[in-house]
Amino acid sequence: MPSETTTVNTTKGECEIFALQLAELADIPSDTIAANANSIAGRHITSCLRCQAELAQYRKLLRALSSLRGELMIPDEFLLEEVLAAVRPPASVRRLHRINYKNRKAAYIGGIAAAATGVTAGAFVIASRLAAKQRLAS
Amino acid sequence: MEAEKLDELIEEAKGGDQRAFEALVRHTYADTYTLAYRLVGDEEDARDVVQETYLRALKGLKKFRGDAQLSTWLHRITANCASTYIGRRGKHRHEPWPDDVDIADTAAERDPGRQADLGDLRNHLIEALMQLPPKLRAVVVLRDIYDLPHESIAEQLDITESAAKVRLHRARRRLRERLYPLGEEQARAI
Repeated sequence: MPSETTTVNTTKGECEIFALQLAELADIPSDTIAANANSIAGRHITSCLRCQAELAQYRKLLRALSSLRGELMIPDEFLLEEVLAAVRPPASVRRLHRINYKNRKAAYIGGIAAAATGVTAGAFVIASRLAAKQRLAS
Repeated sequence: MEAEKLDELIEEAKGGDQRAFEALVRHTYADTYTLAYRLVGDEEDARDVVQETYLRALKGLKKFRGDAQLSTWLHRITANCASTYIGRRGKHRHEPWPDDVDIADTAAERDPGRQADLGDLRNHLIEALMQLPPKLRAVVVLRDIYDLPHESIAEQLDITESAAKVRLHRARRRLRERLYPLGEEQARAI
């Protein structure tokens, strides 16, 4: 908190205007805010005890958050095994994946070929019937 | 692990040494899990995020130039995977920090008395963090706990930098209001 702080009459409405900015300014040292006292927000905050109290709470919050960085959650031992298994697929699994992929690819191509054959045969049958009808009519 | 040894392992892993990569996993997985849990707020999802993170890391390791620390690089990947998870989950689950999770404090020596005083705040803070909507929580965790720059957070969460800042400020405000409700009343009473 800057020692040169002075209190002036500020309204709750003014504080509301700068409320969200306080969350942003919590990163900035008090000296810098005081140095920017020419800005509207800087002028208000350096002269408003209410906003300074909130700013102090934000800073306390940031310190508490920052202290969490040093904490590690220790997961159970299975996680490490799971991760190692995921990044280290056995050769047989990799081969199986390749085989599956090849089989799937072959099945798709076979399906498309069968469908194309069916359509061609159908067209041929229809064309033959039409030709036969025309022959009978003539 | 010493920085030199870590660099050595990274180079070996980049060269395709599976054992070196596994050593990197062993060295970093608890940190990755901690971040993943803090981002997704669910133990099972966090495990999936960790797996996905290392699969992506393995795939992209050759692109790791060493400009940032390995931990920072992994944090970015974790954030990206968690973001995908949160998006896929599509709903907010707010679960408290489980009681049976061991916490290891890796920070330097601390004053036990001060730690006890901070204990309450810490517990309330973790509870408040877990109750934030995941999108707000992700930004505040990455910025205020893991110190990632706004630009990087925006990139990993696939949002604009200004959106990341707005989310951060909203998250901080919600946390402050939750942690210091009486303080706020006092502040308003001035």
